[in-house]
Amino acid sequence: MEEIKPQLIKITFDGIEVEVEPGTTIMQAARKIAEADASQSALVPPAMCYYKPLPTSGGKCRACLVRVAQGSAKDPRPMPKLVPSCITQVQEGMVVENTTNQAVLDTRKSIVEFLLINHPLDCPICDQAGECHLQDFAFEHGSAKTRYEEDRRTFDKIDIGPYVQLHMTRCILCYRCVYTADQITDKRVHGVMNRGDASEISTYIEKAIDNDFSGNVIDVCPVGALTDKTYRFKNRVWFTKPEDAHRDCDKCCGKVTLWYRGEEVIRITARKNTWGEVNDFICNTCRFEKKKTSDWVLEGPTKVKRSSVISTNKYRSDLVKNPDFALKLAESQYKKIDDSREYVTDEEVVRHQSIENNDKANHRSLLAKNN
Amino acid sequence: MARKILTEHINIPGIESFDVYRQQGGYTAVEKAIKTMTPEEVVEEAKKSGVRGRGGAGFPMGMKWGFLAKPEGVPRYLVCNADESEPGTFKDHHLMKSIPHLLIEGMIISSFALGANKSFIYVRGELMYVIRILEKAIEEAKAKGFLGKNILGSGYDLELIVQPGGGAYICGEETALLESLEGKRGNPRNKPPFPAVKGLYQSPTVVNNVESISNMPWIINNGGDAYAAIGIGRSTGTKLISASGHIQKPGVYEIELGLSVDEFLNSDEYCGGIRKGHYLKALVAGGSSVPILPANLITKTANGEDRLMSYESLSDGGFATGTMLGSGGFIVFDETACIVRNTWNFSRFYHHESCGQCSPCREGTGWMEKVLHRIEHGHGSMHDIDLLVDISKKIEGNTICPLGDAAAWPVASAIRHFRDEFMWHITNPLEASQPGAVYQGEMALV
Repeated sequence: MEEIKPQLIKITFDGIEVEVEPGTTIMQAARKIAEADASQSALVPPAMCYYKPLPTSGGKCRACLVRVAQGSAKDPRPMPKLVPSCITQVQEGMVVENTTNQAVLDTRKSIVEFLLINHPLDCPICDQAGECHLQDFAFEHGSAKTRYEEDRRTFDKIDIGPYVQLHMTRCILCYRCVYTADQITDKRVHGVMNRGDASEISTYIEKAIDNDFSGNVIDVCPVGALTDKTYRFKNRVWFTKPEDAHRDCDKCCGKVTLWYRGEEVIRITARKNTWGEVNDFICNTCRFEKKKTSDWVLEGPTKVKRSSVISTNKYRSDLVKNPDFALKLAESQYKKIDDSREYVTDEEVVRHQSIENNDKANHRSLLAKNN
Repeated sequence: MARKILTEHINIPGIESFDVYRQQGGYTAVEKAIKTMTPEEVVEEAKKSGVRGRGGAGFPMGMKWGFLAKPEGVPRYLVCNADESEPGTFKDHHLMKSIPHLLIEGMIISSFALGANKSFIYVRGELMYVIRILEKAIEEAKAKGFLGKNILGSGYDLELIVQPGGGAYICGEETALLESLEGKRGNPRNKPPFPAVKGLYQSPTVVNNVESISNMPWIINNGGDAYAAIGIGRSTGTKLISASGHIQKPGVYEIELGLSVDEFLNSDEYCGGIRKGHYLKALVAGGSSVPILPANLITKTANGEDRLMSYESLSDGGFATGTMLGSGGFIVFDETACIVRNTWNFSRFYHHESCGQCSPCREGTGWMEKVLHRIEHGHGSMHDIDLLVDISKKIEGNTICPLGDAAAWPVASAIRHFRDEFMWHITNPLEASQPGAVYQGEMALV
């Protein structure tokens, strides 16, 4: 019997036509373009909460918002709002604008700003630095300065079981780990408590996840909120050398990446694809207990592709490409001091305001204490 | 006297009991609908009436019912949204506690029209005594054969369940309400799929406001065309307005849509004017989420036409010079009200009630509240005003549910119309941060 192939859908993404299967999301269509032609990888919308191996994830961080200029061939009206590309399904004849639309880029910039206002920016001491999605996202789409002057929210560190530490202060509430706990582990002990910007990831009543696959929450976390306690503060990611390896494991697929410092295996993670998503979840035995080369069959060095500073000069590409970048940056930072306050000449007012300004700092810290 | 549809019998003593309600012609609409009409005919009457959703968005109810998917073998649900938590809106509360059988009668008719055998009334958790009133009323209706198995011998079964909410504003958003009803955390869902296709327990669901559903008995008794004859243009029927603020007679009033704002504000039948010795400064016409209007745009639109209490007239001029009817929370401010303080207060509410699911709303509402707090307490600077406008623009339209928009609109509109008051707060920090200090300068113009 001849196999019936589903009718392919043709969409236009940033002027590039691509054919995909029905039910594909805009994000997957864009990734298909980039997988066919690596030079186009810049036009793929960033994803902070969406994680393909976790069904129903996505739609929360709004980083991947794109504009649909034409809904479909049948109904060519544009969609009224920007839509999240990770969960919006494609329609025949859809025209999507991502990097070609200024409104989309402006929105993305503001999403970086929103995500960073409560993020501690402690990258220098964070284990995730170097493979952090938020770092990449902010570097590619964000602005170099912040307009946020107030206190950031802080939480105490919590140990979730013997292997994982939760540093809620860094969390961007993408809910990936919650979906992992829901879908990979069989007991639902992991969720979100409280509301709004006071929300926190929590194992209910601080109950440890004693599950064989609990370590995977570390891999899915886009930032350094969930970290590996056996690896904390051991080394910077970019000084380690990744090697693919496998072993026979009765619980999981056993395919991992070993991270070497010299001859010593200091960390084991699941293998990740181009988009920073794990291919197969691995068990805690493989992840935390088999830290000897003799436990593993080596397959050769991991190909470092997209989101890693391990590839040379990733964060200095602007400098490498344009030597006058630093000069321009300095110019934009120091010459454009934006102070639109009215110029006051009245001496009485000036004196009054300077007293007031002196008091402000003390007053604010008092206010913060009182609140 | 204007025509009353919902509140006609509301002041009759004992109307909350089944017998008194029945004497006043109650439950005749159920008899008429179930015995003489098909569900399609009931939906048709709702479409003809043109009644629009009274919860805030103003989407035509009949049309919403028409979108309900009807796959074979899958139950359909009707959910009544009684999670009324919008600051300034208290009409559903009044309706449910005073005349609970009206809602129940409406629920029976609507459930019959949609083919739902199990319907829910999701009541705000703070209104525990209202929940007891409703449950008592349901027991009475069940005892008389209007609820339960085989209603009035027609073979139609309906179970009506009252569910108390946990007290979150966000659960008034329809998909968050459904999540909450399923027993989960009340986070709004991404749309599509819409509840009409996949709602409660992944089944087709219609979510309607208390007031919308309470209109159904009258529509069935008198016909959809009679209902459509009331009101003006596409704003048909009557609307409950919760009037509050600096007026002589605060309270819940039923008006025919199309009444002029001037008359509603100043006639003795309704608000009775601004309190003595004071004058009008601003108006929030539809609950805290809608843009605020300055005095010069309240009774006249920007074109000089009379402003009417209708969906179209209030939104005349878009958000630049108009607002929305919303859920009908009519909050009046006289010149003693500080707009900055009020905006901060609204903003504090939205910060507290944001569910924290999507980043623009989670972080943006908190940021706006902090900046407004700073301005109100005399620590602001001029660029904070533009910062607020920018934050509100970046939240608006980029969130999963309308809470982000609802948080952004009051701030953006307050700055649009009362920028000089914000500037006064910044240039006179010592004076402005005194308790009760209010800007006494020129009235804001557009």
